[in-house]
Amino acid sequence: MSMQTANKTSLMDNLRSRLEGVNLRQNGIFLALIGLLIFFAATTPGAASLTPDNVSNLVMQNGYILVLAIGMVMVIIAGHIDLSVGSVACFIGAVAGIFVCRPLEQDGWDWLPAMPWYIGILAAIVVGAIVGVWQGFWVAYVGIPAFIVTLAGMLIFRGLALMTLQNSNIGPFPDEFRAIGNGFLDKENALGLSIGLPADMNAMALILTAVGILALWLRELTTRRGRVKYGQPTEPVIWFLVKNIFLSLMVAGAGYQLAQANGIPYLLLLMIFLIVVYSLVMNKTTFGRHIYAIGGNLNAAMLSGINVRRVNFWLFVNMGALAALSGILITARMNSAVPKAGDGFELDAISSVFIGGAAVQGGVGTVTGSMVGGMIQGILANGMNLNSVGIDSQMFIKGLVLLFAVAFDVWSKRRK
Amino acid sequence: MTSNILEMRSITKVFPGVRALDNVSLNVARGEIHAICGENGAGKSTLMKVLSGVYPHGTYEGDIVYEDEVMSFKNLRDSEAKGIVIIHQELALSPHLSIAENIFLNNEIKRFGLIDWNKTGQEAQKLIARVGLRENPDTKIKEIGVGKQQLVEIAKALSKRVKLLILDEPTAALNDEDSAHLLDLLRHLKGQGITCIIISHKLNEIASIADKTTIIRDGKTIETLDMHKDKVDQERIIKGMVGREMENRYPQHTAKVGAEILRVENWTAHHPEETNRVVVDNVNINVRKGEIVGLAGIMGAGRTEFARSLFGHSWGSKISGKVFINGKEAKVSTIQDAIDSGLAYATEDRKRYGLNLIDDIKRNISLASLKKFVKRGLVDDNREFVVASEFRESMNIKAPSVNSIVGKLSGGNQQKVVLSQWINTNPEVLILDEPTRGIDVGAKYEIYTIIQKLADEGKGVIMISSELPELLGICDRIYAIAEGRITGEVDKKDFKPELLMKYMTTEKGTK
Repeated sequence: MSMQTANKTSLMDNLRSRLEGVNLRQNGIFLALIGLLIFFAATTPGAASLTPDNVSNLVMQNGYILVLAIGMVMVIIAGHIDLSVGSVACFIGAVAGIFVCRPLEQDGWDWLPAMPWYIGILAAIVVGAIVGVWQGFWVAYVGIPAFIVTLAGMLIFRGLALMTLQNSNIGPFPDEFRAIGNGFLDKENALGLSIGLPADMNAMALILTAVGILALWLRELTTRRGRVKYGQPTEPVIWFLVKNIFLSLMVAGAGYQLAQANGIPYLLLLMIFLIVVYSLVMNKTTFGRHIYAIGGNLNAAMLSGINVRRVNFWLFVNMGALAALSGILITARMNSAVPKAGDGFELDAISSVFIGGAAVQGGVGTVTGSMVGGMIQGILANGMNLNSVGIDSQMFIKGLVLLFAVAFDVWSKRRK
Repeated sequence: MTSNILEMRSITKVFPGVRALDNVSLNVARGEIHAICGENGAGKSTLMKVLSGVYPHGTYEGDIVYEDEVMSFKNLRDSEAKGIVIIHQELALSPHLSIAENIFLNNEIKRFGLIDWNKTGQEAQKLIARVGLRENPDTKIKEIGVGKQQLVEIAKALSKRVKLLILDEPTAALNDEDSAHLLDLLRHLKGQGITCIIISHKLNEIASIADKTTIIRDGKTIETLDMHKDKVDQERIIKGMVGREMENRYPQHTAKVGAEILRVENWTAHHPEETNRVVVDNVNINVRKGEIVGLAGIMGAGRTEFARSLFGHSWGSKISGKVFINGKEAKVSTIQDAIDSGLAYATEDRKRYGLNLIDDIKRNISLASLKKFVKRGLVDDNREFVVASEFRESMNIKAPSVNSIVGKLSGGNQQKVVLSQWINTNPEVLILDEPTRGIDVGAKYEIYTIIQKLADEGKGVIMISSELPELLGICDRIYAIAEGRITGEVDKKDFKPELLMKYMTTEKGTK
């Protein structure tokens, strides 16, 4: 009898220690995303949600929110919030318009030197970082809660945007500038045609997809080998294989659909780059670790010698720069800087982060989780559009999804 | 009707891993002032929480008999309805509301469902007159001093028709004049038939005011002294508080003391908000290699404040004094400076100040020394895992792996994570603030062994503890601190609890 119980407990322990390598929350949100994909594939007329053009659209329509969500998740992990990002994006769109288009010479901007489009973009991002310096100063060094500073910023930068735009639009933008938001890598499929592929089978897209899958496996395998070598617990082999084969299939499917549309958007390349870099920052740099430590226990972080003010300051500078990038993307996509740009972006970015598993109290969250959260929102909106759901119901449903996602999180934590 | 208003019979209260109260009995006669004495952590506050319903009926064993009836309080409201009111050390007043509003908070005088402000003011006026407070009832709480706030708390208790008033360390934050006034008031209330239980560390006060004193030690009642019959003085109370068997609770250890490793000269620090209040007053201490130096003092004596002001000025304002580490003056004005100079400080409150409870063991251990794990700009998490696993081995941290979340560990294991975190910064001197608070006896023994091992490795250790026997058991030398000043220094050969207790209760001007 006692032998049996002992056996049982060791079995449970075994199972538990095996499960320890599996991040349930992160995988849960990922499963929700897949469920949503399947749901809309089944319900939209002619599986419209998975057509090449729609997959391409999904990337283009959500990029600028995802860029914001990257900065936002960092801010939220540290226990702050940023309500100003939509206004900042609009302001920087206008600033980029001045830099790149210089349309308002008669209004006093003629002293500015003409900038090539790439210098204009860099300069606009620097302006965004300066916006971050301003907000970071108040939050980190004066000690005003970020909620207040960025609520004020929401008004301040919307106001500055309107002043800069002088109540009109700036545009059109040069083609190179527009390409960041709208362009595709080898759209004409020159490479594919030269090797005899049909026009609607973009060779570059196929190659990059293959490279992407290869990189995924390489990274997963080296990480796993490292963990095994140092005796760290790892996911069960089966789970590891299932997960990565599945992921590869998804990447392959998306890549194949993109190849049939216009190819890989530049925006997608930019997003992948940002996600990789910022995941690395959050997990493997002292800056990222300090952000988690501050959000997890501010007092303990301080007593461990972390310069909390400096970390908070740079968080907002980073957020400003990313909001600027988001503003450039939306402006490029619309080919015009407009006063209403970025309206409500802050809310989409914040919901992405919370659907993606971040905690309201801070200390918890991941870049990839927020990206999945953002995609859930994007796919939801896109799928509802395809199903001709009215904007009223869309708002209603998006609200419920946010509430239930966080409620599920709170509830599952309490059960432990 | 018996003469006892309250009989607590065989109260036992168990927390996970700790038996906080073990068969405690307390009999309080009607109309007396009854003192409860014991060291920090002896179980006094737990007992009062059981009595007032903070720990509801059913979470403890034993009976509370109050006015000849067995009580089963479910919360504070139940006990207050019966006339039992507890006033905590941290006052529960709302600073932005007026005296009158605070007195009747959650007990408002209403007419037709609306608050009757005229009556409220009138009643408040009567109540504050009863406690001898001369203030306008409309004055905001934040505008009066702590002594007067204490009186407002008592007025509030009177408004609830209190029969049994419990005061937890009522004079700890008061100056002598306010304390004297408060004690007079208690005598006065006694004359009006109100029974009073008072928890205090100030033994001279107890000796002067109490009719009976019950001594609690390690969650057990030791004795109840009749202050009028038995010729009881402070020495007698101290003896009851500290006298316990000391064998085998502390590992044997012979110190190999070397050269001076830390010297602090004329260290003074003021309160961070009330910048005129001196909290650490011209402290001079030294620590030698391989030596465990204790810092003994009652709560509020300035032990933690001294340690934290020393550790990167992380507490206090207008800090002055010099620090020498290995004979060289050290810069300690920021925490990073202090760490770089070779200081480490493990906090008394590991949950609030020590650990990121939602993160795992390895990341907590690496946090204060993260720089050491960086390779080519990136944190090497494999090495982090290896180092943390070594600590798990050597410190015997009981967890399935170092990837376990710290918040799920027991107190003792959490404390070992805190110690690992600071040992990992490779300090010269470790300041350990209450390293065994809230952990069970077995884990305490392990912590003592770790501390002694650190000393044997040539580090200097400063140990702060409220438990005097613990300091006597493992320290090589003890400084006593009272009201922010060092009031005595005792070498191991002269260790005697009575002597230290005397130093610890030395007040200004009585030396």
